[in-house]
Amino acid sequence: MKINLIVNGEKKIFEIEPSDILLDVLRKNGYYSVRRGCDTGMCGICTVLLDGKPVPSCSVYAARVDGHEITTLEGIKEAKELATLLAEEGADQCGYCSPGLIVNTIYLKNKNIKSMEEAKVKLIGNLCRCTGYESQHRAIEKFLGVKK
Amino acid sequence: MKEVAKSIIKKDALGLLLGKPVYTDDLAPKNALIVKVLRSPHAFAKIKAIDISEAEKINGIECILTYKDIPRVPVTRAGQGYPEPSPHDWYILDEYVRYVGDEIAIVAGNNENVVNEALKKIKVDYEVLEPVLDFEKAEEHPSIIHPEKETHPMFEIGFNASKNIAASYEMEIGNVEEELQKCDVVIKERFYTQAQSHVAFEPHSATSYIDMHGRLIIISSTQVPFHVRRIIAEAFKIPIKNIRVIKPRLGGGFGGKQAIHGEPFVAAVTLKTGKPAKIVYTRQEVFEATYTRHPMRFDVTLGATKDGKLKVIDIQGLSDTGAYGEHALTTFMVAGSKTLPLYNKVDAVRFKGKVVYTNRVPGGAFRGYGAIQANFALESAMDILAKKLNMDPVILRKKNMINEGETSPIFKIMGEGREGVDMIVRSCKLKECIEEGMNLIDWKNKFPRIKISDTKVRGVGMAIAMQGSGIANIDMASAILKLNDDGSFNLLIGATDLGTGSDTILAQIAAEVLNTPTENIIVYSSDTDLTPFDTGAYASSTTYVSGHAVRLAAEKMKKMIIKEGAKKLGVDEKSVDFDGEFIYEINNAKKVTLKELATVLYYTENQKQLVADASFVGEESPPPYMAGFAEVEIDTETGKVKLINYVGVVDCGTTINPNLAKVQIEGGIVQGIGMALFEDVKYTYNGKLLTNNLMHYKIPSRMDIGNVQVKFVESYEPSGPFGAKSVGEIGIDTPPAAIANAIYNAIGVRITSLPITPEKVLKALKSSK
Ligand code: FES
Ligand code: FES
Repeated sequence: MKINLIVNGEKKIFEIEPSDILLDVLRKNGYYSVRRGCDTGMCGICTVLLDGKPVPSCSVYAARVDGHEITTLEGIKEAKELATLLAEEGADQCGYCSPGLIVNTIYLKNKNIKSMEEAKVKLIGNLCRCTGYESQHRAIEKFLGVKK
Repeated sequence: MKEVAKSIIKKDALGLLLGKPVYTDDLAPKNALIVKVLRSPHAFAKIKAIDISEAEKINGIECILTYKDIPRVPVTRAGQGYPEPSPHDWYILDEYVRYVGDEIAIVAGNNENVVNEALKKIKVDYEVLEPVLDFEKAEEHPSIIHPEKETHPMFEIGFNASKNIAASYEMEIGNVEEELQKCDVVIKERFYTQAQSHVAFEPHSATSYIDMHGRLIIISSTQVPFHVRRIIAEAFKIPIKNIRVIKPRLGGGFGGKQAIHGEPFVAAVTLKTGKPAKIVYTRQEVFEATYTRHPMRFDVTLGATKDGKLKVIDIQGLSDTGAYGEHALTTFMVAGSKTLPLYNKVDAVRFKGKVVYTNRVPGGAFRGYGAIQANFALESAMDILAKKLNMDPVILRKKNMINEGETSPIFKIMGEGREGVDMIVRSCKLKECIEEGMNLIDWKNKFPRIKISDTKVRGVGMAIAMQGSGIANIDMASAILKLNDDGSFNLLIGATDLGTGSDTILAQIAAEVLNTPTENIIVYSSDTDLTPFDTGAYASSTTYVSGHAVRLAAEKMKKMIIKEGAKKLGVDEKSVDFDGEFIYEINNAKKVTLKELATVLYYTENQKQLVADASFVGEESPPPYMAGFAEVEIDTETGKVKLINYVGVVDCGTTINPNLAKVQIEGGIVQGIGMALFEDVKYTYNGKLLTNNLMHYKIPSRMDIGNVQVKFVESYEPSGPFGAKSVGEIGIDTPPAAIANAIYNAIGVRITSLPITPEKVLKALKSSK
């Protein structure tokens, strides 16, 4: 079957199987920033924006997003600003978890988060096994312009 | 120092952060066959028959391979120096399956759906055998996990398959029993550490194809590309020269990728069909069919005089290697060799025990590698002893621990899988680490406890630790530097960057010697065709071992530049120096830029390519040291332990890149916190993994870790590149003991088995009343 969607602002038509998962469809079509870290919607690594809201793309059927708007890391302009802050802290270890974290943090920036504590609660579903989180928090604090 | 001891941004930072296609699965050929493995539902069984006829009929299935189609060669998956200290007990496919998840058949097809369908249609007839699930009962068990005669060790490792023993080890200095008699105080305690899963976020992946020369090319998410090449060659009986292994970016390793995992399966398919193939493990497969940390049991006896002089350490251990003996002996020996020298003033030491086979997920390398297990036991025991002596545990440690300029007989006796090497500790700022840590955690005001409310108490606890820097006389690294015609350099290294930033760190080392900005060094790492040999990224070896090779290569390159520069200037080499930009006559005005020299060298005068290479093997393995301090809050009604603060103060010599070193330690501490408080690999009664997804296997989230603070106390390690020691593993070692000690100090109950769950705390509290 075919689905119509807008990916990163561009109109796309993808050929899919009814059982295809959004994550796999995006990867197949060259959006490599979308990565699989688990099979159960637990790690947040595959996060993309669906009509502007973060969702784990591993837990969404591609057929369900027919007619909707998807934003991946590749389509987010402010990503570079946060990426640079993360790089300055050495928070890019293996980098595998970074796209999901960046997508989610940028969503938070637009939500007017007041404190780091609040940001942490909202980012709890974005797991990272390398950094121990502290360096991410140092960068995110700067990016969001909030206090500890 | 201009380029080292500087927090330079990782060379691949923006590429990684902005999601560029860099990992194995991103690079797999688009037309690669999808490979999946049929896995055993039984903990122990013999395959009586496999019927693949229905599965083969499915449209789109390319090949199905069973043990009958693959050469039966015993190898070990452990990526270690050769000959490996791990028994050769693994077969790509075998008629026995030895744990739930063990491989039965390899299926390749055009897409995932057909492969999944085929997996369901393969019919296997098993003779189900009684599994060995309890490692404390493995030795006398009627079931023998490796009855086959081909399985063998490469040399004497105390292997005895007929008793389910993969390895054993024993050593004693002095006479433990006699010395214990003379002690005023003796404590004896039993400790258990659990299996832990690595949870590197990129699942194990590999892809393979045949190149235009007919060679097998494997792209793999591996820490050990050169070992992968050798083991694949051995397993398929093909010459090493016909294989090339490329390591792209890695999404984490932590030791879990210090082995072969998916590579033999894609290789088998590509060799059979001639077509590209790829495998990406599901998260469930990663949990069920790669590695865990070796669970261990320790009986620790400590003896001391009443004024707190430690006289005797006796540790008897039992380790569970699961179905295969990967790293069986070495993790066990490291449990001794990376803890016992901490207290080097004793009269007698004994360390002995066995590593047994069970029908569980195989144990494998994992950051901390035996050291963290024994550190929990020894550093908990030290606090128990301090209590009995009525002494501040910090004072007890300071009295007995190793200092700069001292040695320990353990260094020489215990290596990894064989004898070690004698060495004097030339850099050790453990005392300073402890003092700084006490300040940061405010030990004086918080020890042992502060009552917060009727049901909440806070306590502090601490532990010290040591690791090594590579494996002395075994781990070898080499580097090649090539001058380009614009004066920049290519650095070719076999060392594998797992995300630690080692490519950048190694470039910094080269840049420092060559007096050039790090951005002038273009790094290419880990391709067995293109880069020189390196045993791989494990045992905290990259900065120390590979870094040293890079330093030596850079020094050679500098000499070459001076020599060619002198020729160009028409003066004697001895009167010439190189400052990174100019090659100049020391007492004169004559000079030429490196860029100009390089251009001339390649296009017009004295034409030649400048290439420098060097190899390094460490003659010692200088330990980094750390003091870890935990502050916990315990809810005495629920047993819940909340980590408030964790302070880690580390001596890893010169930090080549302070930011990256800090994140290494922070990441290590958080993994250690996971091991201390949450992470547990659990099975059903018949040996199936219960914790095979991230819902049931809980790693620390950003809300679980309180406030983690890391500081370095700088020392200078004369044997390391620019004074550096390693930093990869040490961070993980202290949390289990420090947290257990903090809990004891808070509420007076001692938890001796990991992880320290609320149930255990509550139970202990109830029974102590
Ligand atoms: S891959 Fe989607 S949440 Fe883990
Ligand atoms: S950087 Fe590796 S998982 Fe986050």
